Amino acid sequence: MDPPSSLKLLGSWADSHTHRVQLALKLKGLEFEYQEEDAINPSPALLLHNPVYKKVPVLLHNDRPVVESVVILQYIDETWSDNPIMPADPFERAVARFWCHFAEDKLAPAVGAVFSSSGEGQKTAVDQVHDNLKLLERELRDGAFKGKRFFGGDKIGLLDIVLGCGSYWLAVFEEVMEVKLVDPGTFPVFHAWLKDFEEQNEVKETIPAIDKLLEYARGIRQMMLSLSNGTSTTASATAGTTSAINVAVDGSSG
Amino acid sequence: MKPVVLLDFWASPFGQRCRIALAEKGVEYEYREENIMGNKSPLLLESNPVYKKIPVLIHDGKPVCESLIIVQYIDEVWPDRAPLLPADPYARAQARFWADFVDKKVRPPYADASHVFDSSPLRITTVFDGIDFPFHECATKLWQLNGDAQAAAKEEFIEILKLLEGELGDKKYFSGDAFGFVDIALVPFVCRFYTYETCAGFSIEAAAPKVVSWGKRCMERESVANALSDPHKIYEAVKVYRKRIGIE
Repeated sequence: MDPPSSLKLLGSWADSHTHRVQLALKLKGLEFEYQEEDAINPSPALLLHNPVYKKVPVLLHNDRPVVESVVILQYIDETWSDNPIMPADPFERAVARFWCHFAEDKLAPAVGAVFSSSGEGQKTAVDQVHDNLKLLERELRDGAFKGKRFFGGDKIGLLDIVLGCGSYWLAVFEEVMEVKLVDPGTFPVFHAWLKDFEEQNEVKETIPAIDKLLEYARGIRQMMLSLSNGTSTTASATAGTTSAINVAVDGSSG
Repeated sequence: MKPVVLLDFWASPFGQRCRIALAEKGVEYEYREENIMGNKSPLLLESNPVYKKIPVLIHDGKPVCESLIIVQYIDEVWPDRAPLLPADPYARAQARFWADFVDKKVRPPYADASHVFDSSPLRITTVFDGIDFPFHECATKLWQLNGDAQAAAKEEFIEILKLLEGELGDKKYFSGDAFGFVDIALVPFVCRFYTYETCAGFSIEAAAPKVVSWGKRCMERESVANALSDPHKIYEAVKVYRKRIGIE
């Protein structure tokens, strides 16, 4: 029996990278203490434990910090080996890591761009999201994940966590920005996977209620629009808006 | 086709990471140079349809893409020799963090930085399209720019070097006594130090002497010496490019 260990997560309630870690900890059945961080005013603990990026999430395990959500997820998986979230086979692990990289490198920024743009720029951003989703759809339908219920197989794995915690923003932005991002007709397999993912108990316990996310997104959008038409020009308002967008959306919180 | 094939480009630091890892493990492989200035091979396009870039490792017909993912794959497929990642999960997490830091800071971006370069006439990804390193990276700004922009890039780069210097400390390699993942992630950029210094007019040794010593130690390893490009060859290639874009 392992000695009791102390786990503490520094996170932000609307941050998809924080949700990734919370979900992984829940899937592993691990108890942890949670500390809410304000992106604009990071606590001394956050600055101490993540001096390089100064961002959430930070997992403290027996007071030792682990930073960067995908690094944290792998750390959790390697430290507590029950209910594995990484595949055992090296090639499947490489595939999972590749699509995690794709999610952060391509998909998340494209989704973020939908939210922070308008007019022609937004149309381009929506097209980019669709192009990226097409790649995922193809992989689910005919490629590495063909015939699987989740990216991890029968159970949720690393890639489900990374893609899933963030994909709820798609529905939020569809409503707030009045655009169509995940048409079930165009992306049937992805759509089905997302619905299945969101129905899992641990996921329902992790992701905030949609109305809270909608309210949050609408608030940021308002701030952005008022900044761009000059009604609010303080540096802190700009910083706050940029931070809030980054934290919520495009994965630059770590 | 041999069981292990590496699609690569001679000057790519990302390809070099893979070459070093394969050499450390003593794995025989077929090296295929991609003509990234011209047409990409059908094999490359088929193996990396998402990014269409090198390096790609093809093992028994199955492609692995993204250099750090390839290095971890190599480590996991051949675990019986020269481990590239530490055994302890916490040490592994530290190694993954710092390798990821090199990728975030030494290759691009921040969304804003890439946005700045998107419409810039200096954007050269069309020329070097096949390489797995878009040229709007912090270090590249050192030779790609002039004047104030270059000075700002220099300051940013020195900050990055100091962070690495701090992390390295007095250790032989980044994870301790054993050459590994973080060293492999960073060392290919060492052969570019001469170019950065000469174009931007500063001394990397002055900013990060321990990193420079570490670089020399790494070069004593056959795997590294064989993989890295000659610093002068890199500089000459960059000079040609700087002339072409009118800043030299």
